[in-house]
Amino acid sequence: MNAADPIVEVHGLRRVFDVSAPFLSRLIAREPRRTLTAVDGADFTILRGETFGLVGESGSGKSTLARMVVGLLEASQGQVLIEGVDLARTGDKAARRAIRRRIQMIFQDPYASLNPRWRVGDIIAEPIRAFGAGDAGAGPGKRATVARVGELLELVGLHPVDGRKFPHEFSGGQRQRIAIARAIAAHPDFIVCDEPTSALDVSIQAQILNLMRDLQDRLGLTYLLITHNLAVVRFMASRVGVMYLGRLIEIGETEALFARPRHPYTRMLLDAVPDLMMSGRPRTPIGGEPPNPIDPPPGCPFHPRCPQAIAICRTERPAFVDNVACHLAQPTEQAPASA
Amino acid sequence: MTGPLLSVRDLRVEFATRKGPLVALDGVSFDIAPGEVLGVVGESGAGKSLTGLAIIGLLDPPGRIAGGEISLAGKRIDSLPPAQMRDIRGRRIGIIFQDPMTSLNPLLRIGDQLTETILAHKSVGRREARERAIAWLGEVGIPSPEKRIDGYPHEFSGGMRQRVVIALALCAEPALVIADEPTTALDVSVQAQIISVLKNLTRRHGAAVMLITHDMGVIAETADRVAVMYAGRIAEVGEVHEVVRDPLHPYTQGLMAAIPTLEVSARRLAQIPGAMPRLSAIPPGCAFAPRCPRVFARCAERPPLMAIGDRGAACWLYDRAAVAADVRT
Repeated sequence: MNAADPIVEVHGLRRVFDVSAPFLSRLIAREPRRTLTAVDGADFTILRGETFGLVGESGSGKSTLARMVVGLLEASQGQVLIEGVDLARTGDKAARRAIRRRIQMIFQDPYASLNPRWRVGDIIAEPIRAFGAGDAGAGPGKRATVARVGELLELVGLHPVDGRKFPHEFSGGQRQRIAIARAIAAHPDFIVCDEPTSALDVSIQAQILNLMRDLQDRLGLTYLLITHNLAVVRFMASRVGVMYLGRLIEIGETEALFARPRHPYTRMLLDAVPDLMMSGRPRTPIGGEPPNPIDPPPGCPFHPRCPQAIAICRTERPAFVDNVACHLAQPTEQAPASA
Repeated sequence: MTGPLLSVRDLRVEFATRKGPLVALDGVSFDIAPGEVLGVVGESGAGKSLTGLAIIGLLDPPGRIAGGEISLAGKRIDSLPPAQMRDIRGRRIGIIFQDPMTSLNPLLRIGDQLTETILAHKSVGRREARERAIAWLGEVGIPSPEKRIDGYPHEFSGGMRQRVVIALALCAEPALVIADEPTTALDVSVQAQIISVLKNLTRRHGAAVMLITHDMGVIAETADRVAVMYAGRIAEVGEVHEVVRDPLHPYTQGLMAAIPTLEVSARRLAQIPGAMPRLSAIPPGCAFAPRCPRVFARCAERPPLMAIGDRGAACWLYDRAAVAADVRT
């Protein structure tokens, strides 16, 4: 496994939603069309075998970005390359299918992401039937599928007989295990995890996060982890991207970013996390709330809440240079991380 | 010496089902002193919200109080007629729920909701009530309150709405505020602001708070004491710094170790095997025993909440006789 080998490259990715009122209402009220830029020019790279964390508050565009990366949502601009192939544009059906198999997703709500009418065994077998159990290509026989499902259930800490049950017979944590078993069934390389533990209690969250790490070690998985929980990112991710109002405002190695945040927003997010161990970590409270993404402020989107804002921040949007988008950011002394 | 403001003794809440009653709260006892912030923490289904609802008399049938006593300033309030209970809610106990929109009427201006509440509970005129309402909005940190008072709830952001709810809960100057997950629906940056508003205002007005949350971090920031609930029972209660730094009950120990933090980078999180039992399948004896790494023979019997200094833990490990007997066998 080559450590510096990118599996996902995202270039200038942008997504605009039309949030206008219906045509007739617009005509009567003489309103123009309104658009919302959910993701505004994201550039980053995910390396093979790493966990790339994406954090931000609600409305920052992190889930939209994730959906574009897996191809559930079309980008308005920019491209996503998975192992060098642009899924949205390639005409090669076989190549597209081969890459599709290697991307999977885990969702936040384990109650909504499993079909309640299907037995767990069928839920997990679906990707095997669709893609085949491995690189062989063709779908395996029935017996092989059953054996593989049992193996997957054991891998995520459940019992093979659980395959005969229905999702409602399981708790939230067990359902998330089932969702993970389904995600790894077709031997993917890359899994996008959108708030995988946000709906779970802390003791269950610990079980799921540990399981995700174990599976990563065993199967060599690459994760894109989306969460609003900074402590979860700190635990899981090797690198972190911070989003604010549709823009990536800082990317860094986890340790460095948490020890020396460079963007004032990152600093604010870290300060907002309750000090559980009461370590006396110094914290500066910051006021304000994220603005409405339909009507973002001019210049740097963070300037109305930024304690360090200067004149240029109100008028000019900072470019994303050297892994940070801030007019006041100091250049790093070491070479920039590959992103 | 003054007694506790709120005293809950042996509270038992049952849900009648066709298969017989389900015991949702079992022998819950705690006190809240005047002006004190008691955090109630637990995982979903542990019974923390139910405890709050039982206190304010808002249990939905088939849930009912099947035993125990709840007293506010020395007077029992668990068996009051609905009209009297309604008067206690708002006047003596303020309530803050997770979703501000459940507490705010979307059709009324927030100023009217505040003024009505003040008029209902305080003997003041309409003009005075409106002035107080503006003052309260200012106190909870709403900018230019004299303008915003005539706005509707939908014109406020999530954080601002929760500030309005705090103003609503406090405007009748109750002695106790029950806050059920007041920050769970909010973004982290806003969450910190709401916690500090709640903390500062209740302190300034001398109100005690029962803060119900699943977030140990919020408790650590806000509470004086904490009660940890598990499967409808109190597992541990004590001064918040002591419980966080040196938890006594094996469940609290497991819970604290399972929380990822910004301070410590770990290779693995400690995990408690299994999950909290359903109400229909709470094991006899200690409810945590099947998941407990330190389980021993005595745990087949239900442990009482044992006093350890000024703390309490419902665990046989803190009963010398039980531990000694176990060593002998």
